[in-house]
Amino acid sequence: MHGLINRAIQCYVRDMHGETAWAQISRQSGIGLDGFEAMQTYDRAMTESLLAASVRVLMRPRETILEDLGTFLVSNHSSDALRRLLRFGGVTFKDFLHTLEDTPGRGKLALPDLDLPVMDLYEINPSIYMLQCRFPLEGAGHVIVGLLRAMADDYGALALLDHDGYSLDGEMVLIQLLEVSYAQGRSFDLAARAD
Amino acid sequence: MTKGPMQIDRQALNCVMPMHLWVSGRGVIESAGSTLRKVFGAVQLEGASFFDLFEVRRPGGVLTLADMRRHDGERLQIIPKEVGDVQGLRGIAVCLPANEGVLVNLSFGIDVIKAVATHHLTDADFAATDLAMELLYLVEAKTAVTDELRQMNLRLQGARDAAEEQALTDTLTGLRNRRALDVAMSMMIDRKVPFGLMHIDLDYFKAVNDTLGHAAGDFVLQVVAKVLLSQTRAGDTVARVGGDEFVVVFKDLTDPDKLFNIAKRVVEKLTEPSDFQGQVCRISASIGITISTDYAQPSADKMLSDADEALYASKNAGRGQAKLFGNVAPPDLPEKRV
Repeated sequence: MHGLINRAIQCYVRDMHGETAWAQISRQSGIGLDGFEAMQTYDRAMTESLLAASVRVLMRPRETILEDLGTFLVSNHSSDALRRLLRFGGVTFKDFLHTLEDTPGRGKLALPDLDLPVMDLYEINPSIYMLQCRFPLEGAGHVIVGLLRAMADDYGALALLDHDGYSLDGEMVLIQLLEVSYAQGRSFDLAARAD
Repeated sequence: MTKGPMQIDRQALNCVMPMHLWVSGRGVIESAGSTLRKVFGAVQLEGASFFDLFEVRRPGGVLTLADMRRHDGERLQIIPKEVGDVQGLRGIAVCLPANEGVLVNLSFGIDVIKAVATHHLTDADFAATDLAMELLYLVEAKTAVTDELRQMNLRLQGARDAAEEQALTDTLTGLRNRRALDVAMSMMIDRKVPFGLMHIDLDYFKAVNDTLGHAAGDFVLQVVAKVLLSQTRAGDTVARVGGDEFVVVFKDLTDPDKLFNIAKRVVEKLTEPSDFQGQVCRISASIGITISTDYAQPSADKMLSDADEALYASKNAGRGQAKLFGNVAPPDLPEKRV
């Protein structure tokens, strides 16, 4: 598993649940207090034991943690990079949904050894979509649910997002678009602020 | 299939090429794409003369519309005169039928990043087929990755500094360093292990360094390290504590005669000339000795400074020899024993 993914979990635990929780989780999963390096690759078992320790320490189900993680990735203001990279996907939330299938390719453009979920979008009707998500980590669909919910907010769209169980080769996410411009979304300027 | 001219209305043209210019046969801009108009701001494009607002940098010698028509279909480098922050646009001009002028299509090239920031361009300002968005995406992704790598470098640098701080080895000679010496001495003092201490300072080392160079100096230090290791036992601590200063701690060895014998052998060995790339290096050594059992309450600092004093007595007595601290004291001045 790419270090970026492990590090994302680490940042989520540390920022949302505090240093003490992270200290406990890192000890239980055997990673060490310093945690993961973003630009290294780790064994998948490491990610599994990290998640298992998070479930025990945070006393929350794995699905809740993963969904929270997805929301955190977009809405965490200390690192705006991922939100911005996702916003390049399209001008509207609908555009954005249609570019989700490019996600693994876009990931590889940035980091050739980064594997991201493979997603296929099925349009049931203009306001209902099914997203099939394939990724070696069980529950990745929940991360997508949290992430899409935060992205809908970011675009100012009103959408219902649900994990719809498992298909033969992936997890299904149901997307119901209720209103494409429900609220004023967060602004997105193509040029990154120089800071 | 007919080969007649194709009709396209201006709006459709703008949709496909938001950075186009239609220049009439007289060299006047008839219409301009919406993105170009945005970039030019208050400067009116339509109705102006093309060559008043643009300079064709490459190929050279394109000063009139007729020149441009001669370069039909070629890549052009075009500088907008009124837009300071755009270095150069990439373009192509094609002749329009009859004498209707040329259709020029432009793009920002690598300047797109700056142009987006300066002119607040959005996704809608680029043609759907334009790779500008991908380029911007890549720049951001690259920046994010670089930031992450920079932070990782800082963390690694910190870890390296910490590791160096905790290191116990002198990298040049492989001997123990000052920190390791302090640890060894305080451990022996705490556990009340008796020991002899030898402070060794090289004589004429500076001359070797100055005349034969640092490489020769480094070589000599490595030879000294080998000599010291050959004259000590595995349980002894041999440390390089300064440029050409060494300290040896002899565990459980407190007999002054034995220590003197070792010191004598060390001086003899070190006085033997060594050969560095055909150059002869000659050094010697002065040694000061202290013994922990001479102290009621031995302390590392005190013993080191006494050994240093004995060492300087050796130097003053003509170098190339060893002295035991306290051994040369005049009998009537017991408190100043060197």
